[in-house]
Amino acid sequence: MNEIIDGISQALYLIITFNPDVFQIAALSLYISLSATILAAAISIPLAGLIHFREFRGKRPLIVIIQTLYSVPTVVVGLVIYLMISRSGPFGFLGLLFTPEGMILGQAILIIPIMMGLVIAALGGVGRDIRDMLVSLGATEFQAIIEIVREARYAILSAVILGFGRAISEVGVAMMIGGNIRGATRVLTTSIALETGMGNFPFSIALGFILLGIALIVVIISHVITSGLSREQLQAIGGPP
Amino acid sequence: MIRITDLSRRVGDRKILDAVNLEIRDGEIFTLIGPSGSGKTTLLRLLDLLDLPSTGAIDFDGITPDGSRAGEIRIRRTMAMVFQKPTVLNTTVKENVAVGLTFRGGKRTDIDDQVRSVLDLVGLSGFAERRAVTLSGGEMQRIAIARAVITKPKVLLLDEPTANLDPENAGIIEDLILRINKKFRTTIILSTHDMIQGQRLAHRIGVIMDGRLVQTGDSADIFFHPVNRAVASFVGIEPIRGATVDRNDGGLATITAGGLQIQAVTNKLPATKVALCIRPEDITLNLPDAPCPSGSARNCLNGTVTRLVPLGPSTRVYLDCNGIHVAALVTRRSSEELGILKGSRLAAHIKATAVHVISDG
Repeated sequence: MNEIIDGISQALYLIITFNPDVFQIAALSLYISLSATILAAAISIPLAGLIHFREFRGKRPLIVIIQTLYSVPTVVVGLVIYLMISRSGPFGFLGLLFTPEGMILGQAILIIPIMMGLVIAALGGVGRDIRDMLVSLGATEFQAIIEIVREARYAILSAVILGFGRAISEVGVAMMIGGNIRGATRVLTTSIALETGMGNFPFSIALGFILLGIALIVVIISHVITSGLSREQLQAIGGPP
Repeated sequence: MIRITDLSRRVGDRKILDAVNLEIRDGEIFTLIGPSGSGKTTLLRLLDLLDLPSTGAIDFDGITPDGSRAGEIRIRRTMAMVFQKPTVLNTTVKENVAVGLTFRGGKRTDIDDQVRSVLDLVGLSGFAERRAVTLSGGEMQRIAIARAVITKPKVLLLDEPTANLDPENAGIIEDLILRINKKFRTTIILSTHDMIQGQRLAHRIGVIMDGRLVQTGDSADIFFHPVNRAVASFVGIEPIRGATVDRNDGGLATITAGGLQIQAVTNKLPATKVALCIRPEDITLNLPDAPCPSGSARNCLNGTVTRLVPLGPSTRVYLDCNGIHVAALVTRRSSEELGILKGSRLAAHIKATAVHVISDG
């Protein structure tokens, strides 16, 4: 019990005194996960739009596959990407293994399915009546798509934020692709795992607090955003009816 | 002018709209009345080129859709449609109202001016910066009308615009529709299942039943001279069936219905099977065996009251006259003065000109 109280007080000390190790790790985490989120959003949103607005064979099965990938284990993604970018892999020449860029790629691939799935749901949440209304007012197909995306903007933003939450909190890809190299690829989750294993609880607890703090900020932002959502859109992203 | 020729729409095996032929004149208010599910919305959606017809064509002032997307948009931009369910974009009222103009590439300052003036028109000035989704249903529907009118459509399509609203808001919308038609000479095609609204607003009425346009005409045609039993029932007449023309003396026919002889103005020939339509408002009730007024040809039937249905200020009285059932509408006051109760004996006086004769085949 003493150990825990001790740990918490030392952790607070580390945070209050802006311990450079702690903050370097937190900053790297944010850099990698934010970059992964932006990359994933840049890929997911247009692809989701394409899937939503086009009718084609196999649309339903494709959406089912995307939804299945929501819960792909992070270590499986880590393993696949490891095989792809390791020295002997097909993309080994890029030299991405054990670099922050490799981690960005890995986390982006991890969160693309969930972002894409939620963006498809968000666009689907904009009712047929809105689409008819836009078309009846003389919208071209492109103008109608832009308006529908705008109508779904809050739900799309929530999807992006949820993706970021998954990226910053995952440990599998960060560990396997990053390698947890101190000062280079060590991020919040991997160093908590490592320091806890070494018995350095105060450091782990401090990092844990920061991770929770980031999660809290993400939740607050998404609450502020979803307060602008319509009831249908809330339902579309799995919120309360 | 819009000319609709042989227009049908089939979904699977179901005919939702069946061979409609119709001309809409410039500047008129044309209402489509009919029960829910009769095909009114389908016709409006076909007119707005939102759906494709299975057969037939629509000609807009000499232009027919050529199947190209650009051609479709060009025609659609001469029209605007307001839907039954009040629908707004999740943004400000101003942006909602402006959206049709931004599609057409208007200048920002022009758009702002026009938004102000249409918001004035619909009685929502001062609402420009409000979030549209927070408004009431009636206000949203006025936004939808403003959003349509701002594009200066030649034709305004309104699909049951008041169906989801309370009577007060419905009245506001009806006044607005009349004002728009007067002020901008906009051709308005409106669908409604409320025949009173149809009558109040329309220059001409079309009755749609089971996907077929069964009758067009002014409100007098529709309300007093329904073409068949279905239309008669829809406009509030319960036709007397099983009647036969006995004689026809130059347009004044004597018709046997049940055990009674009824005189009516018609050119139907003797031995024709007919049904009789009498508007409840055209039947006057008197004390039993009151003298039948002489002069114009009229029918005086004695009967027993079978049912009384209070309708606010008036009462609908159902009479059984020798097996013939007629319904009369009297004011609450006169119903009390005559002491009408269930089982009362009364005389019903009906002018021969008020009896509309339709075929009953």
